[in-house]
Amino acid sequence: MSMLRRLKMTMGAALAVSLASTLAVHADEQFFPLQSYRVGPYAAGGTGFFGGFIDYLNLVNIRDGGINGVKLTWDEGETQYEVERGIEVYERLKSHPGIAAWNPLSVGIAYAMIDRITKDRVPLITINHGRTDSTDGRVFPYVFPLLLNPYSETSGIVNYIASREGGPDKLKGKKIVVLYHGSPYGKETIPIYKLLADKYAFSLEQIEVPHPGNEQQSQWLSIRRAKPDYVVLRGWGVMNPVALKTAQKVGFPADHIIGNVWSNSEEDVIPAGDAAKGYVAITTQASGSEYPVLQEVIKTVYGANKGNLEDKKRIGSVYHNLGIVNGILNVEAVRIAQAKFGKRTLTGDEVRWGFEHLQLDPARVEALGAKGLFHSINVTWDNHEGDGRVTFQQWDGSKWKVVSDWIAPDWAFLRPIIERSSTAYAKEHGIKVRTSGDDPVSQ
Amino acid sequence: MVDYQFLIEVLIGGLLSGVMYSLVAIGFVLIYKTSGVLNFAQGAMLLFAALTFVSLVERGAPFAAALVATLVIMVGLGITIERTVLRPLVNQPPITLFMATLGLSYVIEAAAQLLWGTQVHGLDIGISDTPFELAGVLISRFDLFAAAVAGALVTVFALFFRYTRTGLSFRAVADDQFAALAVGLRLPRVWAAVWTVAGIVALVGGLLWGARLGVQFSLSLVVLKALPVLVLGGFDSIAGAIVGGLLIGAIEKLAEVYVGPFFGGGIEAWAAYVVALALLLIRPSGLYGQKPVERV
Repeated sequence: MSMLRRLKMTMGAALAVSLASTLAVHADEQFFPLQSYRVGPYAAGGTGFFGGFIDYLNLVNIRDGGINGVKLTWDEGETQYEVERGIEVYERLKSHPGIAAWNPLSVGIAYAMIDRITKDRVPLITINHGRTDSTDGRVFPYVFPLLLNPYSETSGIVNYIASREGGPDKLKGKKIVVLYHGSPYGKETIPIYKLLADKYAFSLEQIEVPHPGNEQQSQWLSIRRAKPDYVVLRGWGVMNPVALKTAQKVGFPADHIIGNVWSNSEEDVIPAGDAAKGYVAITTQASGSEYPVLQEVIKTVYGANKGNLEDKKRIGSVYHNLGIVNGILNVEAVRIAQAKFGKRTLTGDEVRWGFEHLQLDPARVEALGAKGLFHSINVTWDNHEGDGRVTFQQWDGSKWKVVSDWIAPDWAFLRPIIERSSTAYAKEHGIKVRTSGDDPVSQ
Repeated sequence: MVDYQFLIEVLIGGLLSGVMYSLVAIGFVLIYKTSGVLNFAQGAMLLFAALTFVSLVERGAPFAAALVATLVIMVGLGITIERTVLRPLVNQPPITLFMATLGLSYVIEAAAQLLWGTQVHGLDIGISDTPFELAGVLISRFDLFAAAVAGALVTVFALFFRYTRTGLSFRAVADDQFAALAVGLRLPRVWAAVWTVAGIVALVGGLLWGARLGVQFSLSLVVLKALPVLVLGGFDSIAGAIVGGLLIGAIEKLAEVYVGPFFGGGIEAWAAYVVALALLLIRPSGLYGQKPVERV
């Protein structure tokens, strides 16, 4: 054999091995692009959520060797919670092979991605936030506001207040003030509160706090004059502790302030100090690290020095647990899709199918070590929220304590309103509304 | 019918909030008065001071020690900024200096997060925020304390400017930089001293605003509250910063409560700027600002 021929064969073999190993890596990997925010004004929430998400992906890799042998991988791009940076990260990472789903945890970035992910046929997960009408999978096949959309949150809060008063009929004649952030996010629930006020005959006043909300004296003086029975705090960032502190200044009791899902973290109450004692907030996932899945994360991930949180005291915090639950939902969607399409790297469309069949009853949630952490989820092809239950937690000055059962929002009341909005969106954008889960999705 | 008691309550609340705005505005005025630089990094300095203080306390430093250490760090920061950023830019157009401080604000914010982390912190400076009632009007103890601190700060500055050698140098430089230079004043030394004082003001403002909002990234946004105060009171007048703060505080609260409902609420942020802009058209140098006089 000539020297040249031997060299050619060696090179050919090396190339083949290299190609095979490259293909093998991609064949056995499912990729999560992360538009995280670890610096900037919202870094506290971002580090908690993305920390929890990565901790769970690490747990699945270390403990189980991935999902049925398919390793989970991820890459982070810093967005500082800014829409243009979020889109920049999307464009940079979108060509990576084996993308499972996008999880930006940002209303602005999510809105800006809807057309893009629909075109690229990859799911967009907006756990606890996002467009309410994207619940309608007939119109938004790739968008999943898992567990809770803003309308369900509103209904859940009103149902909780009703339960405190002794039943929905006792809401009649009560007065509720909604203090909302002066942004599209804050304003999204204005119409639904009006509808619920009409339905239950309670008196309603909705007061805007201009962004960022670091001054609320006039709003709380107006609240003091209005003498409401409850104040619903639909805040964000610095607005939340300032609301609690100003409420104390005007003598409004903290235990009659009910926070929404973006006013429910440790970061919202710690800066308010004693003024936050007794404050109640809605959540889809309980805080605390006593749940088996959290214990496994501590033992397996942090035990191997692979934990993502720098400060271990934050394990089990609201945002960290939201990240853990988000991890569970993403991983289970992939697992469900693998059962149909095979134990390999899936396409975005196949993972979408997995999300549309993401049904975790309380027994399955318990098997995943998350009993008490969250209740259940039942996503279908046309209901992308998945009927998540909510619970309410009260701040005792040092930690959150769950003070209610799992409460179901009034989905039957909300669905027609959501469908009206989604149908209008479909008409406006020329989207063919799906009539069954097997329908091809329009782009 | 007007509820006068409520009106007075809104007015007092607004005036006390205005004092807090003045605290930030004073930091701007000190630097602008002596060097003609609109220091956009004042908010970031405030964040840096509060975050440094609270991080030291959380790491076990006693309150007084943390205060002294933060003071030293802020003085160091002020001098470093003057030496490394502003001195090399002497004689550059004002817009260049403004852009430099804008860039500086990002650097300081990032440095603060890099050094002390991104978590939010509560800050208890030992002043209760529970209200007391006076003739049916609720008044915040904390806001009264803040007003007293602002008053003390202004008194100290007034005495300092009037009776100390450095204070006289400040005034001379503020009046005419070239004349001050001609009589032998060392401008770099004066500017370094001014940035030091601005660092101290940032510490005081940072502690009070931090106790009010919590110590978190958005502390740096309080500069937005100081801008209409400066336009109204004048960029080079400490008295203007105080009066402007009181006026802006009162106007925005009264506007929110009594005019806001006609616009769907949430107007206080821009109502303050409307008033400031209106005054700008009538008195471009503000209520107390020095009118530029040029010999032709």
